[in-house]
Amino acid sequence: MTVSRRYPRWIAFASMIIISAIVIFPIAVVVMNSFKSRLFISSAPFALPDSDTFIGFENYTTGLARTGFFSAFGYSLWITVASVAMIILLTSMLAWYITRVHGTLTSLIYYALAFSMIVPFQMVMFPMSKIANMLGIDNPVGIIILYVGFGAGIASFMFAGFVKSIPIALEEACMIDGANPPQTFFLVVFPMLKSTAVTVAILQTMWVWNDYLMPYLVIGTEYRTIPVAIQYLRGGYGAVDMGAMMAMLFLAMLPVIIFYLICQRYIINGVLAGAVKG
Amino acid sequence: MEKSIRRWGVLFALPALICFAIAFLVPFVWGLVLSFCRFTAITDVSFTGLDNYVRAFTVDNYFIHSFFFTLLFTVVSVAGINLLAFTLSLVLTGSVPGKNAFRTIIFMPNLIGGIVLGWIWNVIINGFLARYELNIMSDPSFGFWGLVVLMLWQNTGYMMVIYIAAIQNVSTDMLEAASIDGASYTTKLFRIIIPTVMPSITICLFLTLTNGFKLYDQNLALTAGNPNHQTEMLAMNIFNTFYSRVGFEGVGQAKAVIFTILVGMIALGQLAATRRKEVEN
Repeated sequence: MTVSRRYPRWIAFASMIIISAIVIFPIAVVVMNSFKSRLFISSAPFALPDSDTFIGFENYTTGLARTGFFSAFGYSLWITVASVAMIILLTSMLAWYITRVHGTLTSLIYYALAFSMIVPFQMVMFPMSKIANMLGIDNPVGIIILYVGFGAGIASFMFAGFVKSIPIALEEACMIDGANPPQTFFLVVFPMLKSTAVTVAILQTMWVWNDYLMPYLVIGTEYRTIPVAIQYLRGGYGAVDMGAMMAMLFLAMLPVIIFYLICQRYIINGVLAGAVKG
Repeated sequence: MEKSIRRWGVLFALPALICFAIAFLVPFVWGLVLSFCRFTAITDVSFTGLDNYVRAFTVDNYFIHSFFFTLLFTVVSVAGINLLAFTLSLVLTGSVPGKNAFRTIIFMPNLIGGIVLGWIWNVIINGFLARYELNIMSDPSFGFWGLVVLMLWQNTGYMMVIYIAAIQNVSTDMLEAASIDGASYTTKLFRIIIPTVMPSITICLFLTLTNGFKLYDQNLALTAGNPNHQTEMLAMNIFNTFYSRVGFEGVGQAKAVIFTILVGMIALGQLAATRRKEVEN
């Protein structure tokens, strides 16, 4: 649809090129500087590497050694995949239950879940990390429980919204034919939730993968996820090896950008659906 | 049917609810209680009434400063992001060659995590300032504008995608009829397009408002509150109260309760705005 064209087409095109260049510029600066000696990053960050400043992959080797990047990548991947899978499974079950069973208790649960979406993390972070410590879930496996609990709000909200739109007659027919509720849910309802599950998965992946505070407070720096590993480069005294930092920033962005380019349509649609329903 | 599902409640509802209780409900209630207590560990808790709430404002003026810093930052970034995103979406719903590629590129920074974003802009801003022999710690206004630019870079694409989807739903018939009647572009923009996409504008305003208010990671990586707490936002002020001074945990929790109320007020505002629209329609 064309609204109107009061300006020549090339002006719009040229300004979009400029804006795209501005968007890409910071990423380009990181890539460029990751190959320069750290001494030149603060003095001339926008200059291309030349024979004096180019140091090959030295920043990468230093950064990898200092941050333990590969293990951080492994922890991030494990925590994200496991949390998102558990969120989808457990909250879709919960959402179906509270939508189909009517009563004071289920509507109370519904409101508590909705309320949790508003509350900022700072409100619960101190008691939550103490409880995690007491229960012994302050490790890369236990933290999944916390992600399910904290992500349950928006996820069950979205699942419940969709379940409400499914005609109940389908489930009734299923049960009359002798299926029990688990069979009805997993064989009939769950497959229908697929598009909502994709949306939930995208939103929760973006959150868990990039989350810094929860793993930092709950697990600490013993098992570092990528954001914790990056911030850990800063060290105690505020002096940062910017060369290693650039290399690690690039490695941290690379999987995200690749993932985005492969499933961009799903990501943009997921984010859209999340914004409108959330 | 309802009865038979109810019998399976333990299987369906309990696992998620246990996680929800551990991660949210118990910490929330406990946090609320602790905000009225003095404590350093969980074992020595003593009730002190509103003492923590008073101390949140009196022990130093950083909390109040961080509130106004956050407020100003949020107002500036909300206005900037939405104006820019809306303008871009108007251009990209027109007939520009390669608009899908542009949309893809402009949205991309949204996926990069806050810590990574903060460090990227730390290098770039320090790079510009290095010419004048300054850095981001030299003046609080550098940190402020740095955060605004960062936020624009990260969030404009997201809001733009929402606006594009809304503008694509504006009725073509109506626009054509208006053109035939001789309506100018400005008239069509203000009389047809903006009123139709108003629900999306509400969504975007509140999304950017809460994002700005709750910002932490970007703040930590970009300036860490330097110089001297001057670029510290609310979330960071609360974190520092908890973890960088022993004996101030209760004050931190009281600040967190105040923060929750502020964020809750924004959410209530959104609810009211959406409800009013529904009534009007």
